[in-house]
Amino acid sequence: MFKGDFIKNLPKIYGTYTGGFIVFIILMAIAEQAGVSAKNIGVMFVAFTVLIYALIGYLSRTIQVDAYYVAGRQVPTVFNGMATAADWMSGASFVALAGGVYFGGYTYMAFLVGWTGGYVLVATLMAPYLRKFGCYTVPDFIGTRYGGNLVRACAVFVLFIASFTYVTAQINATGTIASRALGIPFEAGVWVGLISILICSMLGGMRAVTWTQVAQYIVLIIAYLIPVFWISSNVGGGIFPHLMLGDEVARLGELEQQFGLVKNSAADMKAAGVPGGLKYISGTHSGVPEGGMAVWKYLSLAICMMVGTASLPHILMRYFTTPSVRAARKSVAWSLFFIFLLYSSAPMLATLSKLALMDPNLPTGIIGKSISEVQSIEWVQRWSEVKQVFIADFNGDGILQLNEWFMRGDVVVLATPEVAGLPFVISGLVFAGGMAAAMSTADGLVLAISNALSHDIYYKIIDPKADTAKRLLVARVLLVIIGAAGAYIASFRLTSILGSVAWAFDFAMSGLFFPLVLGVWWKRATRAGAIAGIVAGIASGTLYLLWVFPKFSVPIFGGVNTPFLGIDHLRFGLIGAPICLVVMVVVSLMTKEPSPAVQKMVDDTRIPTGKAILGKQH
Amino acid sequence: MSNKDAYWNKTKNHMIVTLVLWAFFSLVIFMFGSELNTMSFLGYPLAYYMTAQGSLLAFVIILFWTANKQEKIDEEHGFSEREDD
Repeated sequence: MFKGDFIKNLPKIYGTYTGGFIVFIILMAIAEQAGVSAKNIGVMFVAFTVLIYALIGYLSRTIQVDAYYVAGRQVPTVFNGMATAADWMSGASFVALAGGVYFGGYTYMAFLVGWTGGYVLVATLMAPYLRKFGCYTVPDFIGTRYGGNLVRACAVFVLFIASFTYVTAQINATGTIASRALGIPFEAGVWVGLISILICSMLGGMRAVTWTQVAQYIVLIIAYLIPVFWISSNVGGGIFPHLMLGDEVARLGELEQQFGLVKNSAADMKAAGVPGGLKYISGTHSGVPEGGMAVWKYLSLAICMMVGTASLPHILMRYFTTPSVRAARKSVAWSLFFIFLLYSSAPMLATLSKLALMDPNLPTGIIGKSISEVQSIEWVQRWSEVKQVFIADFNGDGILQLNEWFMRGDVVVLATPEVAGLPFVISGLVFAGGMAAAMSTADGLVLAISNALSHDIYYKIIDPKADTAKRLLVARVLLVIIGAAGAYIASFRLTSILGSVAWAFDFAMSGLFFPLVLGVWWKRATRAGAIAGIVAGIASGTLYLLWVFPKFSVPIFGGVNTPFLGIDHLRFGLIGAPICLVVMVVVSLMTKEPSPAVQKMVDDTRIPTGKAILGKQH
Repeated sequence: MSNKDAYWNKTKNHMIVTLVLWAFFSLVIFMFGSELNTMSFLGYPLAYYMTAQGSLLAFVIILFWTANKQEKIDEEHGFSEREDD
């Protein structure tokens, strides 16, 4: 099935797959009408899609090194775009992004700009050149360009920290969704998630991950967009919400005025017993906060996310799989197009969801109604039981105020279909989409880590004479170990200690951005410069994080420290990356310029045609 | 100046133009968020529209444009890859 004309048949294969998935949704809708329980529909959605991914993973099994590491470099532009979009959009993007916009409004949307704008940096500074280089992994480029095992090991170290921070959160999300959809305990859900992830990646490496990610993208985008369009027409937002919600956004502004944006004191919330992680609306939806500091907070977050995007190895390695340099460039554009479809819908979903709850003229509105009435609504009861929503009557008037309604961000995506009166089949679809999003990102991350360890540490440093069979065996064993380690940590729910997904971006930008960019764009960059830059960047960034993050700073630095210039724990890359740049430039200029052979290597990297620096099999 | 150097100079200039556009849509406009928000587009306040959709769309357009332009530069200097590469 995966020979020669497989690539030519891709549109037909995935077209059939998409059609099959839509037929499955219709069958589930019929089953719902026929009286199959909501729970069973959720189970079938998740089980059916995961089985398909596992089948694709099995069919893509390989014993070739270049198929395992870079999918044989034959992934067409558009399909690589879809795979990258799935790789990129995590469980968190899928379930939490709309919730973030719901509570954070304009300020939160710096994430949207950051997580898309970074692709311009990927396309102009990195992807085409790394593709030309012909490396298998990101440290493979750094190790070959700068030469030597030490610099290679430093790059692997940064990759490991950044990707592992990220992967635990993804396995955690997989577990959460699996446990909710299948009705099993969270700990069991984590291991079910892990096994699904490993089946998709173990036998076929990058080739299997590529073709499952395309399948996962199709599921996740259908699962995200159908509810958005449907809800929009149900609550009167028009059939094409992206262009038609101007009045709704204005209406939210009026409602905010009418209800008032009140900040609750921490003491009040504690006294009322608001469960952890639940939030309430205290900022405006579309208003821009005043003042220079607010502007700086927005810009600094966007910068960190953009530069971090351009340094994340699991994204960069997707562009190693295209057939040509030109295809790598185009593929970045397609990736962002596919990401845009979901990201531009998240604010619309947040707007619709907020309006559905806030507008007293809509039948779904709850703010301003009596609390006893709200508490008798079915979905409120269901989500209250699992502590996802909460009501605290601070002023004791028996009426639900805006600041008295608490909710977890995920609820916006998971419960809005129910709130807006959509059938349960849509909620089942949303579970399948969330699972696809979390699995595809976890796949890519686990593979990025284990590939770097097996190729750069094992094959390049420990045993360069290893034969193909042994290399692939080591790669697969490492894949299982990394996945299990991630799941083990996730099952303890230590993620609140491991911190936010944003940290992965800051780690990557602190240690990898400038060594990658200068490796291509500055011939004078030397090995010593790169090593010093990576070490200084990652060390200063990490120390700053320890100093500024409240949970760490108390025991280590004796007290809570005020962020320097508003650079808090989400933005510590703004400390690491500039230090990395300065140290790298200074040390490079102090050391002897790279040999003519290295300079020629850089020259060749810059030109699309001609032989790759690293051979097809290396 | 050799063909390779001329090619690289053009590529560098093209990179700078792309990054200027990128900086405009990702950073510059959000320096004036509150001013922009007094204007409206499609009925949305402008700064809200840009962060929710406009800048994202601009990035997609920039990426397709920049890839096509770079392909032209490749062709001009004879560094265009064959289809079957």
